[in-house]
Amino acid sequence: MSRTISIDPVTRIEGHARISLQLADSGEVEDAKFHLTQFRGFEKFCEGRPYREMPALTARTCGICPVSHLLASNKACDDLLAVTIPPTAEKLRRIMNLAQLLQSHALSFFHLSSPDLLLGWDSDPVKRNIFGVMAKDPELAKQGIKLRQIGQTIIEILGGKKIHPTWVVPGGVSEPLDSDKREAMLKMLPEALTIAKDTYGLFKTMVPKFKDEAEHFGTMPTMFLSLVSNKGQLEHYDGLIRIKDAQGRIVEDRVPPSDYPRIIGEAVEDFSYMKFPYYKPMGYPNGIYRVGPLARLNNAESCGTPFADVALAEFHMLQEDSGPVRSSFHYHYARLVEIIFAIEMMQRLLKDPSILDTRVRAHARGNRDEGIGVSEAPRGILMHHYKIDEAGLINWVDLIIATGHNNLAMNQSIKQVADAYVDGNKLSEGMLNRVEAVIRCYDPCLSCASHAFGQMPLSIELKDASGAVIDRLVRDA
Amino acid sequence: MPIIATQPSVRVVTLRIDGQDLSAREDETIIEVCRENKIPIPSLCWMEGLSVVGACRLCMVEVAGQNRLLAACATRVAEGMEITTNSEKLQRYRRTLVELLFAERNHVCSVCVSNGHCELQWLANSCGVDHVRMPYRNHGYAVDSTHEMFRVDHNRCVLCTRCVRVCDEIEGAHTWDVMGRGSDCQVITDLAKPWGDSDTCTSCGKCVQVCPTGALVKQGTSVGEMVKDQHFLPILARRRSAR
Repeated sequence: MSRTISIDPVTRIEGHARISLQLADSGEVEDAKFHLTQFRGFEKFCEGRPYREMPALTARTCGICPVSHLLASNKACDDLLAVTIPPTAEKLRRIMNLAQLLQSHALSFFHLSSPDLLLGWDSDPVKRNIFGVMAKDPELAKQGIKLRQIGQTIIEILGGKKIHPTWVVPGGVSEPLDSDKREAMLKMLPEALTIAKDTYGLFKTMVPKFKDEAEHFGTMPTMFLSLVSNKGQLEHYDGLIRIKDAQGRIVEDRVPPSDYPRIIGEAVEDFSYMKFPYYKPMGYPNGIYRVGPLARLNNAESCGTPFADVALAEFHMLQEDSGPVRSSFHYHYARLVEIIFAIEMMQRLLKDPSILDTRVRAHARGNRDEGIGVSEAPRGILMHHYKIDEAGLINWVDLIIATGHNNLAMNQSIKQVADAYVDGNKLSEGMLNRVEAVIRCYDPCLSCASHAFGQMPLSIELKDASGAVIDRLVRDA
Repeated sequence: MPIIATQPSVRVVTLRIDGQDLSAREDETIIEVCRENKIPIPSLCWMEGLSVVGACRLCMVEVAGQNRLLAACATRVAEGMEITTNSEKLQRYRRTLVELLFAERNHVCSVCVSNGHCELQWLANSCGVDHVRMPYRNHGYAVDSTHEMFRVDHNRCVLCTRCVRVCDEIEGAHTWDVMGRGSDCQVITDLAKPWGDSDTCTSCGKCVQVCPTGALVKQGTSVGEMVKDQHFLPILARRRSAR
């Protein structure tokens, strides 16, 4: 008799989602699905709007990573203007992107995932949140909050506000940087680097404890897709697309972002509002790939900054064979490496004398009817693709969001974790928390709607085929 | 030898506004006297230098002895008038009017090029509009981006008709007019031609500068970048009336 377990909503992620586990008569997991339960419709309601509104409009997709949308959207608009933005504007945009990466990764690691890592998967759910972390290790919690604050403050210094700044505009940025602001940012970064290094050092010692999770949290063979620089280094703002397979062989390299429609297709399933991007040459669903910190570090030959390069070498040692790091559990590790890189790179960019150059904006009108902007958001590669009419009004939009790229992988990861931990005959909190936790590895950002963390109300029911409840687990808000 | 301008024979009247004793010329309106004396009265359609239409009803005031509210922009002062500009009832009416403007069209401030520089936004702020109690109509209006220099977004129009009047009375082109009734009412250029095809538009941009919201804006501006300069209008209006 088949049964279904539903985890609704999934907690400590950004947005609203549900997980359903289909059980066979024997109690084994037959199928697992990750359902995105909200519909936003951005691609449709942007139609008819002036293209210059797109950066602000699409940034409203998310309150956690608005800067990522702001940048990808402005890059698409730069493409519509057919301009190359001034070099200083590009550097300033890079700094804002890295600050966004820093604050978002800090949120994911310290606020959302550290309760599982520090307090344990089976710990009391009432305490398994950031407040529980504060009680157990106040210094670590304080450092996590501080690190995120530094990222947010840099965004505010540059853009005028922490969330939804409008300083990045088509053609560059609206205002140059002054030396006071530069000094204010440079002053904060040494403390950020110390926190990042300490946390990295601490987590490195914890990794062996999670051997079991590392073996079961999304180790399926997939490809890895990300941007890399011209030299094959870690890249977050610009660059070329690289895809490696599960053995580490390069499948696609130096693909210009504007060529993404050739390699990426989008499938639709009726159980989720999230689309399922796949690698076109391999078809759906065989063209499964992962994006985000894990993919970026697997694809990059080096980071290009001193401490991050050491950390990258240590990251590669997580995989016993010479292939890419395959466990999605190591997204956490990769995030910490990227935090270090972001801080080191921001320091380098801010110390560059040309950062104060006042030529920061190229002025033009729409000179193309199609524009593509691609950048790396904290969760992975982000694509904005617009078409405009002669008057500059949007008539077609395609957004491929970082979390969407990981959709196939998240579904397969849930299945793998459920196979390993879920006993269909008796539910336990720790078992279901592991199913949620594998999703948290990907740090999915399902919308800007949820600022919730910690304990959202959760009700899990185990039903038989007739719908009769045979077990129930309730977690209050 | 200097030319001595003839002084028009106007009388001075005394009146009381919000308990304050004031004097004014008898040909002035209540809103003009309030502006001179820095007494805040909200308005969207009234603008110094343009004719009066009394359309937005935001400047309604209470006048002692009158059993109805009067539009401060369309009412001349009179001897002994006692005026209240900011009673609880007026505050309630104004807030409701502003909410209705927001509910009727799609004024999404956060993505508007006039964000932070918009008279409707300031008004909502001063009237305490922290939310809209009426259901939004959510009806999509067109954006006309055919003009080389300017754009009209009917979603953000409050039908104040400042553009219509400045184009007619100051520029003398009369490119703008009004078409339709009720919620279908909208400003048009040259008998509803696309703005870019207008034969009469001189591209002077006065309509853009006087528009209180992000309905009429310059092309090429991004969110929050459309800052309007309306200082030219009283100067041009005075020169015109002196001719």
